[in-house]
Amino acid sequence: MGEAFQAQWAHFPNYFAHHVLLTVGALAIGILFSLPLAALALRRPALAPPLLGLSSIIQTIPGLALLALMVPLLGRIGVVPALVALVLYSMLPILRNAVTGANEVDPNVLEAARGIGMTDQQILVRVQLPLALPVLVAGIRTAAVWTVGMATLSTPVGATSLGNFIFSGLQTQNTVAVLMGCFGAAVLAIALDGLIRLGEWAAARRSARLAWTSIGLLAISIGLACLPILAAGFGDSNRPRATVGAKTFTEQYILAELIATKLRQAGFDVTLREGLGSTVAFNALSNGDLDVYVDYSGTIWANYMKRTDPANSEIVLETSQEWLANEAGIQLLGPLGFENAYAIAMKSQAARLKGISDLSDLAEQAPQLALGGDYEFFARPEWREVEAAYGLKFREQRSFDSALMYGAVADGHVDAISAFSSDGRIAAYDLVVLDDPLQAFPPYDAVILLSDLAAQNPRFVEALRPLLGAIGDSQMREANRRVDLDGASVHSAAAELASEIASRARPSDPPPNFGAR
Amino acid sequence: MISLQNVSKIYPGGVGAIERLSLEIEAGETLVLLGASGCGKTTTLKLINRLVEPTSGTVLIEGRDVTSLDPVVLRRQIGYVFQGIGLFPHWTVAENVAAIPKLLGWSDARIQDRVDTLLNDVGLPPDAYRARRPAELSGGQQQRVGVARALAAETRILLMDEPFGAVDPITRDGLQEQIKQIQKQLDLTIILVTHDVSEALLLADRLAIMDSGRILQVGSAHELSTQPADPQVASLLAMPRRQSKRLQSIIGAGATARDRSDDD
Ligand SMILES: Nc1ncnc2c1ncn2[C@@H]1O[C@H](COP(=O)(O)OP(=O)(O)OP(=O)(O)O)[C@@H](O)[C@H]1O
Ligand SMILES: [Mg+2]
Repeated sequence: MGEAFQAQWAHFPNYFAHHVLLTVGALAIGILFSLPLAALALRRPALAPPLLGLSSIIQTIPGLALLALMVPLLGRIGVVPALVALVLYSMLPILRNAVTGANEVDPNVLEAARGIGMTDQQILVRVQLPLALPVLVAGIRTAAVWTVGMATLSTPVGATSLGNFIFSGLQTQNTVAVLMGCFGAAVLAIALDGLIRLGEWAAARRSARLAWTSIGLLAISIGLACLPILAAGFGDSNRPRATVGAKTFTEQYILAELIATKLRQAGFDVTLREGLGSTVAFNALSNGDLDVYVDYSGTIWANYMKRTDPANSEIVLETSQEWLANEAGIQLLGPLGFENAYAIAMKSQAARLKGISDLSDLAEQAPQLALGGDYEFFARPEWREVEAAYGLKFREQRSFDSALMYGAVADGHVDAISAFSSDGRIAAYDLVVLDDPLQAFPPYDAVILLSDLAAQNPRFVEALRPLLGAIGDSQMREANRRVDLDGASVHSAAAELASEIASRARPSDPPPNFGAR
Repeated sequence: MISLQNVSKIYPGGVGAIERLSLEIEAGETLVLLGASGCGKTTTLKLINRLVEPTSGTVLIEGRDVTSLDPVVLRRQIGYVFQGIGLFPHWTVAENVAAIPKLLGWSDARIQDRVDTLLNDVGLPPDAYRARRPAELSGGQQQRVGVARALAAETRILLMDEPFGAVDPITRDGLQEQIKQIQKQLDLTIILVTHDVSEALLLADRLAIMDSGRILQVGSAHELSTQPADPQVASLLAMPRRQSKRLQSIIGAGATARDRSDDD
């Protein structure tokens, strides 16, 4: 526990700082946009229903979906799409409360304001705004708490936040990490709420000293919280930067950490973007938001190249390398040496009892069986290929978080699951991977993908070349198992892999003939 | 000074509040509008400072059509005591009274001086009331702050919509005297709305009796009671006398009853 806590705590200042910047930035921009819109809605009451309606609609989009939508809309990952989504999200409570608060002002007071000769502007600023202030501030407080919460969802679009704890913690079954993320968000929400209330109090008592105190406190807290970012920014400004991506499962976290270690050793200032969706990571690499991440040849073949024909490992690698360079501006540096295939797995005992050893056997009994898959699986082209090739028709198909899927099959909630062949939990839960005699699943060699820019940098390429062909199936499975089942940290699993690779690196064991051109 | 010529007002929704109303108010006079609830008194006042725009007809102030004037400038030149009082709840009594002078950009010293004078005039000692919020005042005290606010900018015209409705009779008596004095001192032109016939008779140079958006008759109290144009006008003006007779008979009857019981 102590060690696990230390390992997570080391990330806290950085994640917290990013979270503060993201939240406060979104809130400030949200207020800046909402208030003029509210003033407009008050001056032209006909505009109020469409404005409020539109922001209500934005509000009904689930937070994660809104964030994910911003990536294709803005064509990039990172802070910008996260910030835009959070701003949109924060605007409804502010806008709605500003309009409601102003409309609730006693009509006699408004008539008096007009009757003594105030201009529309003066009525708004001197009468409506101060009288609506308590309601408006309540809206800002709601927005603040929502924004803090929703900012934890910006991890999958590539913005660092306390969500990094939560997403990686859920994937690697690290409760300490999840709790740390939740705790940080709660502390931030309470602190922001308190500061806003102090500001409101100051405004209500019209005390300039209190107002300056609360503004000062806000500025100091934000400044302190953001120190780690500033320090990083100044300290390493002359080192070359590298951004490493990782998708949302344990193996990806370990490999990203391994790659990051190698790049740091080569003198790069590394940023990790973890927990990215598959296509988010691919597009980010393509447009240069990422410099490197690990993908799988079958995924490239089926999902990006839209190929459905079966092919062997070499052909898939060669064809996709060429296609990536020509079509996506991505360089395939080479395979890491292990395969992480999509496969269908069952409990070995159940498979024996039912006499199922490959997918053809499974197809015969499928109408009585339930299949579990991760969120992506049933939407992926590989699945549709396999489904068609074997004529698979299950009694039921259920989607799970990939962290929970293995437990679901082990406990008998489903009969079979989509598994990753390199996953340590296959052995640990006593599962068996069913054979694929028709080779309907493409080969899934893990490959290092580089952005064009990174591939042109010899120092970058040389830093990663030692990893090519250096990680075997069993090694990767063991590393995954240690994190998923033994509760080891991603960091220590990556460090172990690195030391194994270093100790085995011999001239007699040359990397395969794949190199960046 | 103020002249309404053939003015009609139909509110959106079709309520006809004022119908072809014509009225002349002389400079320096106090004209009282008297009439049943809903007959259009408030609407008539609002037509003068453009809180309400006429559907047809013209309103002139010192010969100038009010529609040719900037409404903001116009309103700052006309004191208005609102029927709904409408004090600014987030401001102190002093800030409420200072509202128009502040809009007009008076110096702080001049504003403070004026506020203290006015609060004294309406019977609210400044030291005790200056810093209070409207919520900390009784209804009658709020009305008095409303009167002080209307007087603050030393305007020549004062529109008062039931200014003393919530004030006790004794204080009201004092305030009526104050208003009369101030009116004389500053040569104010006042249009005052009231339901209280005695108040109307006490304050008015002339009365305008209204009914259903029209004026039944305009004239001095004497003219209206000696030559009423309408039985309604006659009955309205006879009211104070009728009431005082009834009061006397009640008080008198009470006395005889007690006398009799003493005799037993
Ligand atoms: N904003 C408005 N919209 C529609 N109708 C209105 C509006 N204001 C007043 N009215 C109507 O116009 C008529 C005259 O109203 P006004 O307020 O002038 O009456 P009033 O003589 O001041 O009555 P009271 O003595 O009760 O204050 C009434 O029938 C009223 O219902
Ligand atoms: Mg009225």
